[in-house]
Amino acid sequence: MKRIALLGMPNTGKSTLFNRMTGGAARVGNWPGITVELLSGRILLGGDMVEIIDLPGIYDLHGFSDDEQVVRHFLHDNVPDLALVILNTTQIERQMSLLLQLKQLDLNIVVVLNMSDEAKKFGISVDVNMMSAMLELPIFLLSAKYGSGYPDAMQAVAKALRYPTPGMAEELRSQLEKDEQIETEMAHVLKSTVQVPAQLSDSLTEKLDSVMLHPLLGLPIFFGVMYLLFQGVFFLGQPLQGIVNDLLGWFRGAALEPLFSGLPPSAQGLLLDGIYNGVATVAAFVPIIVLFFLFMAIVEDSGYLSRAAFLMDALMSRLGLDGRGFVMLLMGFGCNVPALMGTRVMRSRAMRLLTMLVIPLSLCSARLQVFIFFTAALFTAQAAPVVLFSLYLFSFGTAILTALLFKGRFKNNEPFVLELPPYRFPTVRQMTLRGWLEVRHFLRRATKFIVAGVVLVWLLTNLPPSAAPASADTWAGLIGNAMHPFFAPIGINEQLTIALIFGFIAKEIVIGALAVIYGLSGDALGGAIGHQLDWVQAYSFMLFTLLYTPCLATIATLQSESKQTGFTALSLGWSLGLAWLVSFAFYQVARALGY
Amino acid sequence: MSAITLTTLHPGEIATIVAIHAEEALHLRLLALGFRSGKQIEMIRKASFSGPLQVRIGTTDILLRRIEATKITVTIT
Repeated sequence: MKRIALLGMPNTGKSTLFNRMTGGAARVGNWPGITVELLSGRILLGGDMVEIIDLPGIYDLHGFSDDEQVVRHFLHDNVPDLALVILNTTQIERQMSLLLQLKQLDLNIVVVLNMSDEAKKFGISVDVNMMSAMLELPIFLLSAKYGSGYPDAMQAVAKALRYPTPGMAEELRSQLEKDEQIETEMAHVLKSTVQVPAQLSDSLTEKLDSVMLHPLLGLPIFFGVMYLLFQGVFFLGQPLQGIVNDLLGWFRGAALEPLFSGLPPSAQGLLLDGIYNGVATVAAFVPIIVLFFLFMAIVEDSGYLSRAAFLMDALMSRLGLDGRGFVMLLMGFGCNVPALMGTRVMRSRAMRLLTMLVIPLSLCSARLQVFIFFTAALFTAQAAPVVLFSLYLFSFGTAILTALLFKGRFKNNEPFVLELPPYRFPTVRQMTLRGWLEVRHFLRRATKFIVAGVVLVWLLTNLPPSAAPASADTWAGLIGNAMHPFFAPIGINEQLTIALIFGFIAKEIVIGALAVIYGLSGDALGGAIGHQLDWVQAYSFMLFTLLYTPCLATIATLQSESKQTGFTALSLGWSLGLAWLVSFAFYQVARALGY
Repeated sequence: MSAITLTTLHPGEIATIVAIHAEEALHLRLLALGFRSGKQIEMIRKASFSGPLQVRIGTTDILLRRIEATKITVTIT
């Protein structure tokens, strides 16, 4: 099958073109010569099946960042039949250098000048025929977003594929080092073919930025926008959650229970109470997760992420992170998973890992559910919001502490130089496609982990068969007993310990687990817990739950995004250790003070 | 006109890039984003609390930290 490599600088609408070509039927896969996974899709072009690979956006073929190496290694070990090079027409003056670098590699090339709609708006004109003649390459104007120019470009690609593939230049490096030659050629071609008006007008972006990046108002506006987006997500997501919950419950009653009624009770228990209920509880959270993915996509694609980076970098750089990391941290307060996946925009691996180490400490919406329940059970109506707020402070505090402690270990060498693109309002189609791809990727990966975790927890809390479920006689109970020396100094009793084991899968299961353990639910459960614990024990438990380990979906994401088991282990170990230390400090100090 | 660093420009000022005194990784990244000797650069705004700077070269807006901006010398036209 013939291969097309899609190449271009970041921010050229490469993904939009890729999605337009593959229609969302893309998959992530491994390629010889590189350790990163790349997105590729297969389409029918000119009568043949062709594979298109989306290579990372790079500024310079001869650069030092991870992405630039990936592209070089890929091209070297997987010579494409065609390189489809995409440039941003409005920034062609500086982007042509990449095209000229690629031209020197003797590849079969077709060039598309994307964002032609924006160029027209700015008054930039390009003599495509002249440029094509001077460079001896097929060049087409295109708007991947709206589709104009697309059929012609694709026809040219199909035609170019019919020629045999030239080989790669032997001395790749020395070819790439001809920067000076490139500069003179660039100036020569641009002078004859591109007209840029004296004053570039993008008044909309400038006007918006004068507000968004206002020296006094910028930060409050940023927090306001984030707050509104969060509210929006919950406003839309909670009804959806309710619907999913009801649907899953109905399905269980209407279809599964009758289906399994013939099986022995233990098998029924495993399938229904264990696997189905466990997965259903997590599945009910999926609408919220999807909305956060969309949220993240909007922030990135609209260009607002760069503005947020500008506003927050002063603080973040002192923690060894960068401005964009703040947005991801904030996202983590909704759900850790899209936040972790959002770190892909960071090109520096060290920075990415440090950010990923910090994100799971965010007080996500699942943990919030647990805290709301406990604060309602153990604190007065006036004290409860203050207690919740204090937990948020702990979350921020431990995040900052972790960044400060580990920034030496994950030292970042990549310079922080970011483009501030014009505001772009993505089309609904673009966003849903992107949101769908990310969610599908996440679901495929997380499902395995979650099912495995749910089965394990069910087994631990229901075996041996003679014991009452989730009681002290089960294996989970025995584990809880065995861990008593670990949990007693932080004020956590055995029933809560068993609930923590459940919480390993997903935090929202903790309340359901307590219901099983105490045999009560709702207000009765709250009452029982309120009688058994005092506020010091409850707060210590909440601190531990905030920090100890993130949910299985997050762990799965940490592993697949970092691809280093050592790193995932570090994250888990650090969270557990930190949780214990913080709870211990709180509990012992509170008791010592006589509370 | 004597050369000063990029960080000393005020918002609204336009200058010409004289030289970039940076290590290779930063140099290549700046080159790719359009920073070249002789090019015009405009200071758009500076973030509070010694945060990054927003500059404009040609049709591209870039943000960079002050520590990196001190490595770029410019002269006011």
